[in-house]
Amino acid sequence: MSLYIEKLPTPGLTREEFVRALHNFLPVESVLCDPASLRPYECDGLSAYRELPWVVAIPDQLEHVQAILKLCHAHQIPVIARGAGTGLSGGALPRDNCLLLSMAKFNQIIAIDPANRSARVQPGVRNLAISEAAGAYGLYYAPDPSSQIACSIGGNVAENSGGVHCLKYGLTVHNVLQVQLLTIDGEFVTLGSQALDGPGLDLLAVCNGSEGLLGIITEVTVKLLPKPERAQVMLAAFDDITKAGAAVGNIIAAGIIPAGLEMMDNLAIRAAEAFVHVGYPIDAAAILLCELDGTNAEVSEQLLRVHNLLLTAGATQVRTAKDDHERLQLWKGRKSAFPAVGRLAPDYYCMDGTIPRKELPTVLRTIAELSQQYQLPVANVFHAGDGNLHPLILFDANKPGELRKAEEFGAAILELCVKVGGTITGEHGVGIEKINQMCVQFATAELQQFHALKSAFDPAGLLNPGKAIPTLQRCAEHGAMHVHHGKLAHPELERF
Amino acid sequence: MDSADLGLLWQERVREHHSRHLPLHIEGGHSKAFYGLNTTATTVLNTQAHCGILNYEPSELVITARAGTPLSEIESTLAAQQQMLAFEPPHFAATATLGGCIATGLSGPRRPYTGSVRDFVLGATVINGKGERLHFGGEVMKNVAGYDVARLLCGSMGTLGVILDASLKVLPLPEVEQTQVFELTSAAALTKMQMLAQQSLPLSASCYTGQQLYLRLSGTARAVEHAQQHLGGEKLPHTSPFWQKLKEQTLAFFTTGQPLWRIAVPPAAPDLPINGTQLIDWGGAQRWLHTDASADMIFNTAQRSGGHATLFRHGQRDADVFQPLQGKLKELHINTKLAFDPNGILNRGRMYSYY
Repeated sequence: MSLYIEKLPTPGLTREEFVRALHNFLPVESVLCDPASLRPYECDGLSAYRELPWVVAIPDQLEHVQAILKLCHAHQIPVIARGAGTGLSGGALPRDNCLLLSMAKFNQIIAIDPANRSARVQPGVRNLAISEAAGAYGLYYAPDPSSQIACSIGGNVAENSGGVHCLKYGLTVHNVLQVQLLTIDGEFVTLGSQALDGPGLDLLAVCNGSEGLLGIITEVTVKLLPKPERAQVMLAAFDDITKAGAAVGNIIAAGIIPAGLEMMDNLAIRAAEAFVHVGYPIDAAAILLCELDGTNAEVSEQLLRVHNLLLTAGATQVRTAKDDHERLQLWKGRKSAFPAVGRLAPDYYCMDGTIPRKELPTVLRTIAELSQQYQLPVANVFHAGDGNLHPLILFDANKPGELRKAEEFGAAILELCVKVGGTITGEHGVGIEKINQMCVQFATAELQQFHALKSAFDPAGLLNPGKAIPTLQRCAEHGAMHVHHGKLAHPELERF
Repeated sequence: MDSADLGLLWQERVREHHSRHLPLHIEGGHSKAFYGLNTTATTVLNTQAHCGILNYEPSELVITARAGTPLSEIESTLAAQQQMLAFEPPHFAATATLGGCIATGLSGPRRPYTGSVRDFVLGATVINGKGERLHFGGEVMKNVAGYDVARLLCGSMGTLGVILDASLKVLPLPEVEQTQVFELTSAAALTKMQMLAQQSLPLSASCYTGQQLYLRLSGTARAVEHAQQHLGGEKLPHTSPFWQKLKEQTLAFFTTGQPLWRIAVPPAAPDLPINGTQLIDWGGAQRWLHTDASADMIFNTAQRSGGHATLFRHGQRDADVFQPLQGKLKELHINTKLAFDPNGILNRGRMYSYY
């Protein structure tokens, strides 16, 4: 594993002293420090990176979280927050000499407010549980990451999670009204409000996607939407992935914003079909799943138009789910794509770049070439409507050098995304995984601005150190390895 | 280099002001100069000359333009491709610019149903208070690399940086729009707005003027027709400028010259216990109020309702016009300002007197 570990502040207490101090106010079972009980916390959803935590705390009262932060603040002990541990970028990866703070026990829905279409929830509430609870009022919470059965809302806010319905309904940041945070010095602060905007600066926007670097999320108020009267899915098969890409552009150019617009390539189609048997056409080069939702009348009109647009774009087959069961089946294939592809090889590495949609043919062609070059297969799953690409690189970590090869392949894909005007991460976050590619996407002054903003919340740098925003030293080292067009990245920095 | 790119020139100016600790007042088309506090700065950086649409690809649903670009130019360019800025920004004058639109963060009647300026901002280039040119976000729909500074700029009143350009997500124009009008009391209007907001309906605006409830429907022809039959009410003629006048605050309600408060509350909040005349927009979430009540009383009432208040125009501009901040939130604001503008030169005092 090629993890570059930055120097962390030296904790002011030994591990034993810290555990004793925690036991002053936490029950014995809320503090883990022996290797066997620490083991389940050694990684999040990005299992290629593992480190046994120093200490894990699992409080169940906010006053205890506050006391933990005050203790850590007083003794310079870094804190890494963890929700459900489903993150895909190693944001909750433990580090030595850091407390791993699990917020999993804060799993209560505080209130559903149907008249205001909002829900106040604790951070450990699962994404899907919100929609289940709101369902009684005909409402739901729109962002639906594929991990929604397990992932929790605190983590969703920290990562600004997306899902398959982002194109129409936005990311987490578009669906959160208010967040209550505990800052590193143990003070509560409320960002946003119960109204549609908050007073002062939009610090709520910064909090979404801040990857645990600014504060510990203790409560979230999310926006709920009325369930659409009707949702209908179409599946279109194409013999050429470029035609599928063009179809996406045509639908949007026709003034239609589908609720979801997903693409899978042949390897992903075959893997999903073998896994869930939903009747995907396994000989197609690509499929599009297009979901339209809204009122009955609106969906009827748009279905007809999209059907015609798909055929005009050269679809070899267009199938409309005849009922809700079939609709959910078609989505099941897509939402199971990661585990399905996971069965094709001992390990897979999921990328998360976003590109301008028009660059799709170029990017897919280059990925295919890179796949040849690195001798590693890749399956492509694509939130086609909003340009968010998930290439899944297949490899075997037990074969010497394959993990490193997969990482290099992945890094090359992300740098390609930046080159065509996109970004290294659309919805999974930077975490530890894409920290080197941040040096490619951002210039020194921009990274310094990020660090300054971080210091506004956490001057001592105790929250999730070494994640999300690379140090300039790190970029100097990464830049030394990646010379672009003969130009050294971050040339103003001293080399080590 | 493009003659309309004044970025380098402005960087120089900001650097000079930074090194000499001299305040700098940033302005665009002067259309929203009434909004916020007065600044004490005497040196003005006008952004209008830095203008032009840099990139617009209708099928990518993204437009990028320089800060000084007139909003009207952006909107007419989009309309030619059957697209729009879905947050319906108010102009308040023909000179309104994109930069001012982002810096004030104001959105129009469609906001509760499609989102606000900050929801549509995808990226921005900005000069911070040290004169550094920085780019955040981009031209793609989803981007979680780094903190979302582009959205933070929305509503920051130019206190964090000089915006050079911004990329916005755009949406298709609705095929058809139709407004239905109902005679109702204010309590009944609020109840009706909340009841309808919980249903699957193609609503795109709802406003109560004090006598009438206006509900706008947007979507495909059949969807709007069905919803219209379902709702009932009187059909507003298509020629009516109601929504335009609401957005631009040219309805009679707004033209009295009396102090005007904007109170953001949860949409279902009951009528506020403040004497005065009101107009309810955003399906209940934005209450416009003319009142003689004290600022303290209004700020407190707004906060107790779960929201916040702004003295929007025609008020005293030497005391707080934005909801006063307290404790940790105030501290975070001051720290954030210093993170972008360590010498406090950019639009100093425009948002809060201490910042």
